[in-house]
Amino acid sequence: MTINEIQEEIIEEFAAFDEWMDKYSYLIEIGNDLEGFKDEWRLEQNLIEGCQSKVWVHAELQDDKIIYSADSDAIITKGIIALLIRVLSGRTPDEILNSELNFVEEIGLKDHLSPTRSNGLLAMMKQMRLYAVAFKAKLG
Amino acid sequence: MAINIEQIRADFPILQETVYGKPLVYLDNAATTHKPQQVIDAVSEVYLKYNSNIHRGVHHLSNVCTQAHEEARIKVQQFINAQHSHEVIFTRGTTESINLLASSFADTFLNAGDEILVSQLEHHSNIVPWQLLEKKKGVVLKYIPINQAGELILDNLDELINNKTKLVAVAHISNALGTVNPIKTIINHAHNKNIPVMIDGAQAVQHVKVDVQELDCDFYVFSGHKLYAPTGIGILYGKEEWLNKLEPYHGGGEMIKTVSFEGTTFNELPFKFEAGTPDFSGSVGLGAAIDYVNNIGIDAIAQYEHELLNYATQRLSTIPNIRFFGTAAEKASVISFLIGEIHPFDIGTMLDKMGIAIRTGHHCAQPLMQYYNIPGTLRASFAIYNTKEEIDKLTEATERVAQLFG
Repeated sequence: MTINEIQEEIIEEFAAFDEWMDKYSYLIEIGNDLEGFKDEWRLEQNLIEGCQSKVWVHAELQDDKIIYSADSDAIITKGIIALLIRVLSGRTPDEILNSELNFVEEIGLKDHLSPTRSNGLLAMMKQMRLYAVAFKAKLG
Repeated sequence: MAINIEQIRADFPILQETVYGKPLVYLDNAATTHKPQQVIDAVSEVYLKYNSNIHRGVHHLSNVCTQAHEEARIKVQQFINAQHSHEVIFTRGTTESINLLASSFADTFLNAGDEILVSQLEHHSNIVPWQLLEKKKGVVLKYIPINQAGELILDNLDELINNKTKLVAVAHISNALGTVNPIKTIINHAHNKNIPVMIDGAQAVQHVKVDVQELDCDFYVFSGHKLYAPTGIGILYGKEEWLNKLEPYHGGGEMIKTVSFEGTTFNELPFKFEAGTPDFSGSVGLGAAIDYVNNIGIDAIAQYEHELLNYATQRLSTIPNIRFFGTAAEKASVISFLIGEIHPFDIGTMLDKMGIAIRTGHHCAQPLMQYYNIPGTLRASFAIYNTKEEIDKLTEATERVAQLFG
């Protein structure tokens, strides 16, 4: 599936929720299920310190694809991270850099990405793109 | 005097607003309070009827505006029972008041090795301005530690206040925990050694009667916006003898007597510290807010808010796994808590969706959060317009949300 197809899939999943409470329950569920962030990555250099919650991001290249891993101390933040990873992880730098992420807005979570939320998510998305730029240069 | 809560709530238009289609439950009053119609009208009236620059105009409106601004100063003087109105300096808020004092006090009195004493529960505004002096002047910042209940430990006060101490600067009431500090004891200890004391009253003036002469503090600072007044206006009270000794803070108009390129002489108090055009609509708004508070009566407010605090403590206690931070014997209407290990951001986000505004995070008191080894807390803080029904909503919503994080 392409990045856009996965975005569409997520938008459809969320369209099934009538109540905001169901939407957040789902975010909490996938936030709780998000695994794979190794302790050795929990470093100062991987930390994005929001005023409200902390986010750690790690990225590595497997062949020509970027594998993202991330974690947060807040579960709702983790739930949104899980969605971002689902969309962007396992893609080439070009796919990531050419992508336009609209799903967060479409599923009604845009305010979580506003600078005033200060939960680290906006900075995390920027960091994911920066990794793509860096790996693209590395791959030549 | 009993509080007429319906009447009070009707005075605050914003309380009629809805959030995500739900009635607003505003419990973030330690961050800022809403404004009654009387304050909004007073500020509007400045711009509608007599806006003019003050203290220098010969014309009618300037005189009216100057008079309104200076009447507000007298209202503040009476509100905190200062001896003179020229001991009341208008600033932009508590933060600016402390920065003013730190800067001017350092210029006049501080040298390398001198100590400033704060406490472990201070807001960053009463830590960082002094830390800047550590870099600039080699001043050393010390702090009074707290116990698990969030009370200051005064056992070693005589060592902490020593011959190197040049100023003691502590909060009257903790913004994050609500602890009412024993400031009178601290002031007495400091004064026994001829050391001046600044009290950060940002969380106090809206909750308890403050009498600066009775306290005998040398400086007292607070913000208007937490006292139902507009943002951008605050107060630095200082004893005349101290203010006269301090160097000015900002230079500019208003604060001078004569200026030539050979040198400048400074204006007298309070104008020496009020460079530039002051926020006269803010001061008038602050005066109106003080009238509003006086009209209800600060003692009646204190009593009502205490009831709210007790009720909230009792109601919230029923939530499984609740952990309170700040259980001091003497508290103002602030409750800080966590539910088990659930991150405060998670619960705060969900409460927001339910129309309940509380504060989550470190409350600009990171050293305090480090003491408790937590990322932050959920903080509900009550004002004169809050009700027990709102506390019920907070309790029920928090319990419901906590179950989701199970």
